[in-house]
Amino acid sequence: MKLTGAQALIKSLEMEGVEVMFGLPGGAILPVYDPLIDSSIRHILVRHEQGAGHMAEGYAHATGRPGVAMVTSGPAATNIVTPLADAYMDSVPLVVITGQVPYAAIGTDAFQECDTTGITMPITKHNWLVTDASEIPDTIREAFHVATTGRPGPVLVDFPKDVATQMMDWYWPESVDLPGYKPNTKGHTKQIKDAARLMGESERPVLYVGGGILKARAAETLRELAELTGIHVVTTLMARGAFPDDHPLCLGMPGMHGNYTAITAMQKADLLIALGSRFDDRVTGKVGAFAPDAKIIHVDVDPAELGKVRRPDVPIVGDCRVVIEELVKAVKADRTKRTWPDTSVWDAQLDTWRREFPLKYTQEVDGPLKAQYCIEQLRDLSPEDTIVASGVGQHQMFASQYWHFNHPYTWINSGGLGTMGFAVPAAIGAKVGMPERTVWAIDGDGCFQMTAQELVTASAERIPVKIAILNNAYLGMVRQWQELFYEERYSEVYLSPDLPDYVKWAEAMGCVAFRVDTMADVGPTIEKANAIDDRPVVIDFRVDYHEKVYPMVAAGSSNDDVILGPEFDEPGAIQ
Amino acid sequence: MDRPGNFHILTVLVENKFGVLARVSGLFSRRGYNIFSLAVSPTEDERFSRMTVVVDGDSAPIEQITKQLNKLIPVVKVTELAASEAVERELMLATVKASAEFRSQVTELASIFEAKILDVGFESMTLMVAGTPDTLDAITDLLTPFGVVELQRTGRIALPKLARRPARRLRAVKNKTA
Repeated sequence: MKLTGAQALIKSLEMEGVEVMFGLPGGAILPVYDPLIDSSIRHILVRHEQGAGHMAEGYAHATGRPGVAMVTSGPAATNIVTPLADAYMDSVPLVVITGQVPYAAIGTDAFQECDTTGITMPITKHNWLVTDASEIPDTIREAFHVATTGRPGPVLVDFPKDVATQMMDWYWPESVDLPGYKPNTKGHTKQIKDAARLMGESERPVLYVGGGILKARAAETLRELAELTGIHVVTTLMARGAFPDDHPLCLGMPGMHGNYTAITAMQKADLLIALGSRFDDRVTGKVGAFAPDAKIIHVDVDPAELGKVRRPDVPIVGDCRVVIEELVKAVKADRTKRTWPDTSVWDAQLDTWRREFPLKYTQEVDGPLKAQYCIEQLRDLSPEDTIVASGVGQHQMFASQYWHFNHPYTWINSGGLGTMGFAVPAAIGAKVGMPERTVWAIDGDGCFQMTAQELVTASAERIPVKIAILNNAYLGMVRQWQELFYEERYSEVYLSPDLPDYVKWAEAMGCVAFRVDTMADVGPTIEKANAIDDRPVVIDFRVDYHEKVYPMVAAGSSNDDVILGPEFDEPGAIQ
Repeated sequence: MDRPGNFHILTVLVENKFGVLARVSGLFSRRGYNIFSLAVSPTEDERFSRMTVVVDGDSAPIEQITKQLNKLIPVVKVTELAASEAVERELMLATVKASAEFRSQVTELASIFEAKILDVGFESMTLMVAGTPDTLDAITDLLTPFGVVELQRTGRIALPKLARRPARRLRAVKNKTA
């Protein structure tokens, strides 16, 4: 069968099981958009290429399947650089196809030319420049294989315009030939035994769980391990929902804005079992002072993570699900040989901390509206399995702190790169992948202004996402730092509560929109929003700009120095 | 030439594909690893090239460098060669001032080091010498008093010494990554 390169590309995507892709056409990719008309693949036309990338990420986060985006060359390729970098930091499987000027024109500074593979080399797991139509099926097969196996990540295929019109003999490869790519998923048996032995010697163990658990689809087996051993779990920002917040063994989120118990449990632990986590600076605080007494078991599918920040006592390279399943067996075997130490003192200590230092804020009935209250109301009035997407800043931390994530794949945010503007497009992508679920984006006013135009996409494509803008008229997290660390010298952080008018703006984009100023209006408005399922909804919550995110560990400080904030009698460091 | 103490020789077998040198060199620059020298050439198998990279072990732990290299998809194998367990050579071209008065002295030096004279002018001559990096350092020192006009070295290439007894001669970095 003879196909054009463009037909071969679309057919290859269909062979990979692609059902939906996000994109925006333009000059160099034009030939590929023609066969798309006849394809089974649903294409969602975005308003900005960054939106396509984040939608594909949201889709991938929610479904576990690779997100696919297709855009043209030059400025379109550079516009999708941010989502690629974001997906690279958070290990999101993404396949991005970019148009390129004709092969012979590459390097001549042609119209809408840029060195896409060069620019994206450091922020993709791998990328390809297709030079001949006969390479297309092999390349697409390899691209999906690399994006979804091992440590997942974004890949990019750059596609010159003349390759799209070239004829080729269709084939579909049985397998991929990548001699330099053989991810190791099965952990080393002896190391797993050693890990079980260490766990059986520990009196103050903590399971330090990261996004790798979700990528490995290991939430269930993690729960089995935790319940078998009775070891408490902290879930990092990337792992919220990987272990249910309502489980008695769940300590919640550690790190810079984690809760006191999660931070301190890690700090005082004698053993950290790191599963798919990477000792990020936002978790460890000052690395030299982090968990000084803890031995480390570190499980990750990426060998380069083992020993990158903290040298593990037991390093295990492997897929989290496979390794934890083996670890469960090893623990059971170890327990037949000896009695594990009594951890009741430690468990009691954790309970005391939980009781004494919970998350806290005050909402006065007639006082200014608090962001935390809005989030708690959203949580309580929305379905239990609601998917929450967030941007980056105070609202993100409040959402992670106050939502109860009881199911995996219900929390979608930009953790590593910290991309403002992530929420709206990511929520749209998640809703496309999970149309039966309620999807709320919890966003800040600063973030919302960066990518709000994608609500036009949502309206046009009838994707009924819901957006809660926690509008405090400031770049709130920056304001918090300027208040605390720059002597209240506020530099370029004020945004205004009503410029733009978010309600009018949302309505202009085809959404239903509400404004909420008072505590009494919060619940009823959320209920109205939850009842709408035929178009996007935006709520402009006017919240108190004085509110700051606590607890907090200041950047560069030790995790021993948790600032609990004004809700507690003794503001300042607690030892 | 000053030779830093903490250098490591990595031989990196890579797929012979578009952009692979950029991927390797880009990795070094973005992660802050220093390269002393880098030589690339085709191997006995046309699908692969071999890079010999001499890296600064003070700029990052060598284990982390090899693991990050292994993460690159076209990198097939990374091997660290201990200097004592490798055969290493480097090539140098040097143009040295050699007027009639000094020409015989430079020629004599060249013959001691088994250097070849590639070109001769009225006031200078160009030598080619192959040897271990130490040998090249030595002849450079001895040529300097005559006046070195231009000098270029290839960077070293290396292969493991052949085992004549059962020995650990290679430290392959295992666990090829995702």
